[in-house]
Amino acid sequence: MKAVAWLKENLFNGWFNSLLTLVTGWLLFVVTKGVLVWAFEEGRWSVVPENMRLLMTGSYPPEQVWRLWTVVAIILFSGGLQYAVRAQGRPPWWMWAGVLVAFAVSFPVVFPATRFFLLVAMLSLPVGIVVGANVSRRWVDWAALLALVAVFLLLWGNTDRLGGFAFTLMLTVLASVFAFPLGLLLALGRTGKWPVFRTLSILYIELIRGVPLITVLFLSYYMVPLFLPASWEVPTLFSIVVGFSMFAAAYLAEYVRGGIQGVHKGQYEAAWALGLSGSQSARYIILPQAIRSVIPALIGQLIAIFKDTSLVYILGLFDLLFMAITVARNPKYLGTEREVLLFIAFVYFVGAALMSYASRRLERAMGLGSR
Amino acid sequence: MEPIIHMENVNKWFGALHVLKDINLDVEKGEVVVVIGPSGSGKSTLIRTINRLEEIQKGRIVVDGIELNRDVRNIDAVRKEVGMVFQSFNLFPHMTVLENITLAPRIVRKWPREKAEQIALELLERVDIADQAEKYPAQLSGGQQQRVAIARALAMQPKIMLFDEPTSALDPEMVGEVLDAMKELAKSGMTMLVVTHEMGFAREVADRVIFMDMGEIIEEGEPDQVFSHPRHERTQAFLARILH
Repeated sequence: MKAVAWLKENLFNGWFNSLLTLVTGWLLFVVTKGVLVWAFEEGRWSVVPENMRLLMTGSYPPEQVWRLWTVVAIILFSGGLQYAVRAQGRPPWWMWAGVLVAFAVSFPVVFPATRFFLLVAMLSLPVGIVVGANVSRRWVDWAALLALVAVFLLLWGNTDRLGGFAFTLMLTVLASVFAFPLGLLLALGRTGKWPVFRTLSILYIELIRGVPLITVLFLSYYMVPLFLPASWEVPTLFSIVVGFSMFAAAYLAEYVRGGIQGVHKGQYEAAWALGLSGSQSARYIILPQAIRSVIPALIGQLIAIFKDTSLVYILGLFDLLFMAITVARNPKYLGTEREVLLFIAFVYFVGAALMSYASRRLERAMGLGSR
Repeated sequence: MEPIIHMENVNKWFGALHVLKDINLDVEKGEVVVVIGPSGSGKSTLIRTINRLEEIQKGRIVVDGIELNRDVRNIDAVRKEVGMVFQSFNLFPHMTVLENITLAPRIVRKWPREKAEQIALELLERVDIADQAEKYPAQLSGGQQQRVAIARALAMQPKIMLFDEPTSALDPEMVGEVLDAMKELAKSGMTMLVVTHEMGFAREVADRVIFMDMGEIIEEGEPDQVFSHPRHERTQAFLARILH
């Protein structure tokens, strides 16, 4: 009876509202039915598992794929370490469950040789969190540096054959890793007391923010090799990373600047009165508070980088989007654009959702002293 | 004996506003000086010039034999010797009480962590909040926060302590605990400059009371003399307004 009363009050109070409810309901039904019928009866989903290797790694030599898996495992492991140290988090139960489910679901899809790597990679995130919760912060910082070096060594040599999701992921991680310190420097330069650095920072930030990302990417694609000796044969991935980092740094800098300017004047005075120098105040007092207050914006920028990497499609680089289109144009899979595009949309969504979740946890953990 | 703080013809302007006018002040080692006066009289600005939170345009200030000028090394040297307690506490909200106190000794004085923490705990004991060491500032009451701020300033083992209206932001029932900590400090022989509206504290603890109005030192003397027999009419008018 309660349900009927609720319906009457909220959906059918008056002829106009009733009409709206009926029309909306009918539209919802038609659309949902159409999508479901297509998804379960007409959709040729086999295109996704049959081309999983292409979508995930592009034309990367199969016998070298272990390098990528190791890189993924290292990134997830150090991500877990950082998460444990900074957010004081423990792996939530669904993370273990997620590993099991994801493994079970993907088991029939992936090559037997891949199964081992897949399990290791998926386990390395929760394991990283557990390890991170039990070691000192200094150790974790060294591990991050070590991880970065290891990733470089593992990727060296075959970068030009990197493709698909692996390419997208590498681009995101490398661009973020370089953009963050650069953005921090720019923010400090713009808020600092030296006129030269302030002018340069403002010039850089406004210049970059005044140019569309795709233009910056084209410029870096063509111009970065000019700045380096021809004999170096810079991988295209490197040129693109430079472009993305430069672009994202300008935005990160402005977010951090907002955070810096939000720190109360009394905090500077307290630091100075204690005898801290300008750089010591920045490092120990101002930046930690500034960054904490803008974490949502910072992670938002990282998510933006992750999604914007699909722009390299226009440059003809083999990222996830490019591989999806390529697969759908294979005569054998003609007309499967919807299936592959929905699949990569799902991949992007899961990636972005994970970052978003980490951001919320980080915020909550770091808000400890700010009430 | 050489005064530990020497101010000579100190003048300061905020734009066209003349906030300190020909200030001459000597403070002896171990002396407790209380500065009173109406708001806007320049008393906060005065003590903030002593650790160079405010720059001066004319005159000279010598603190513990170090001349305060544009030389950053001198400013740093003076700030190491001068502790300050603010009206709004200004504790670092992202650090625990213990981290707040040990930060400066560790990175400015370069003490090892163990030494800094040991001294921090002794100081917390001294201001009577040793059990709060692992908490964050926001988890403490105003009175507790201000006592942490006192401990934080003392951890640098300063020769001089400046107090800028340390009880003005506190709920009335918490004023006493902060004043008690300051009285204890005064008894231990610390050189103190205190800007406050707590006349009872001034009477009980001060060696000297300075009355400021409109950027000038109008009158100074022992607390009894200033409070009971003020010579200047502006002092009389100010005291009449606040002492009943």
